[in-house]
Amino acid sequence: MDIFLQQLINGLTLGSIYAMVALGYTMVYGIIQLINFAHGEVVMIGAMIALSVIAALAKSGLHPVLVVAIGTACAVPVCMAVGYVMERVAYRPLRGAPRLAPLITAIGISIVLQHLALMIWSRNNLAFPQIIRTETYPIGGATITNVQIAIVLIALAMMAGLALIVYRTRLGTAMRATAQNLQVAGLMGIDINRIIAATFVIGAALAAVAGVMVGTYYGIAHYTMGSLLGLKAFSAAVLGGIGNLPGAALGGVLLGVVEALGAGYIGDITNLCHFAGVSEALERRCSEDPHLVLFGSNYQDVFAFLVLIAVLVLRPSGLLGERVGDRA
Amino acid sequence: MKLLEVSRLKVNYGGIRAVKEVDLELAEGEFACLIGANGAGKTTTLKAICGVLPAAGGTVRYAGESIGGTPAFALVRKGLVMVPEGRGIFPQLTVEENLRMGAYARADAGVAGDLERMYALFPRLRERRGQTGGTLSGGEQQMLAIGRALMGRPRLLLLDEPSMGLAPIMVEKVFEAVRSASRAGVTILLVEQNARLALSLAARGYVMESGAITISGDTASLAADPRVRAAYLGEGE
Ligand SMILES: Nc1ncnc2c1ncn2[C@@H]1O[C@H](COP(=O)(O)OP(=O)(O)OP(=O)(O)O)[C@@H](O)[C@H]1O
Ligand SMILES: [Mg+2]
Repeated sequence: MDIFLQQLINGLTLGSIYAMVALGYTMVYGIIQLINFAHGEVVMIGAMIALSVIAALAKSGLHPVLVVAIGTACAVPVCMAVGYVMERVAYRPLRGAPRLAPLITAIGISIVLQHLALMIWSRNNLAFPQIIRTETYPIGGATITNVQIAIVLIALAMMAGLALIVYRTRLGTAMRATAQNLQVAGLMGIDINRIIAATFVIGAALAAVAGVMVGTYYGIAHYTMGSLLGLKAFSAAVLGGIGNLPGAALGGVLLGVVEALGAGYIGDITNLCHFAGVSEALERRCSEDPHLVLFGSNYQDVFAFLVLIAVLVLRPSGLLGERVGDRA
Repeated sequence: MKLLEVSRLKVNYGGIRAVKEVDLELAEGEFACLIGANGAGKTTTLKAICGVLPAAGGTVRYAGESIGGTPAFALVRKGLVMVPEGRGIFPQLTVEENLRMGAYARADAGVAGDLERMYALFPRLRERRGQTGGTLSGGEQQMLAIGRALMGRPRLLLLDEPSMGLAPIMVEKVFEAVRSASRAGVTILLVEQNARLALSLAARGYVMESGAITISGDTASLAADPRVRAAYLGEGE
């Protein structure tokens, strides 16, 4: 099997999901310079709602794809409402407050949403119903599944839709204008509160779909699943240049690929048996079992944060970002 | 009826009072100017009128209604439009997108026609329509700022130092557009450091010093007033 190709495919799948979540971070940051740390929780809620709906309809006899579509169609408006309420109730009153205040609020909302989910969906790992039968297709020494193909294509379609909204509509132009100069946007007759709310709502819709994808891909959901995913997507947004939409998409995909390749090779790279020559004991140990691995693929989560640290040290404005300075 | 009536306006920044007491009025179709030294409170006055800053006291009436506390975006929809100091171009939007944002609040079908009119008024903007606002020269940005404001079909136009930093030829172009808007019936309140220019354009003027209006009257008599001549027209007594 071609490990490189296989991990590349896995990474692109994961990266598409990160990209969709990263876009939500970056859109909100671009417009009000807020890092909405509760955004990961919106993904979790999307996954949970879809899980409940899909589980309820699993035996309905409807086509599995239709059931997942209905689950998504329920998750999206719920998440949009969560995004709207979050902005309206928690962030809007703090507009103009010192930057630390909304940041701490974001962490607070995160905790509130997690515990709401805990109360509704319990503290257990929940099996995300795998009702779509996975088909595996060979591709140049590796394999790709129908679910992976669907994730990548849907993510591409959603990002294309977002680009259309942002770059081709009146709302999108107003969003960009508001991001560039909030006060002057008001002088154009733009109701910036509505634009900011729209930004949260659009980001939440992407997050909802990402939640369904994560659930379907990993087959599992948990009330804390949004935290790590959110942090990774945030890292992806920083990697691309926070506030920059194409940057978030690029950062997401790159991060997914780095993570998958890292997970694929880290065991090999940190296999001490490469250095079997240095000691007799090691030599003996490795002749019995050639795997003496220091870090296994369970360290894959580390890569996102290595990338984050590297970006912050080497290029704080990110790959496509131009603004540096006090903004982060 | 007066289109704009400002009485006893006071504006604070935190604890600091920037505008102490301002009374001014504009009849529909009138062209007035507001002159004064740096820091006199001219920008602050305009911002309080157009809803960007809250008033700490006094009243602002526009078209017969009290507009205190109405946010700027809602006033734009009623035809009260400001061109801010420093132009406020959206640097990453194209020239055309900037112009279209000026018409954001409008629902009528005349936007495309107005866009053509702006390009006719400022052919330079037509040449640069696909270029981002941030890449324009200062003069071009000021044309864009005025064109963008006119795209909102203002009834009352507040202009904050449109000549700032511009070469004389650009000033001429920009004010030609202002004059034609005035001829078309737009009520204008022009804030200018260049007092000579402002007094030559407007019909009436106000002089502002340290947060209060100290002299007002028609521009001919202001231009003849020895205090104005000494302080703002750079002439000795
Ligand atoms: N954001 C602010 N915070 C605190 N004080 C301010 C602020 N903006 C203006 N001021 C103060 O208010 C006073 C009036 O300022 P304003 O900008 O209205 O003057 P101006 O007449 O427009 O001057 P200029 O001709 O230089 O533009 C000044 O003393 C200024 O320092
Ligand atoms: Mg000023």
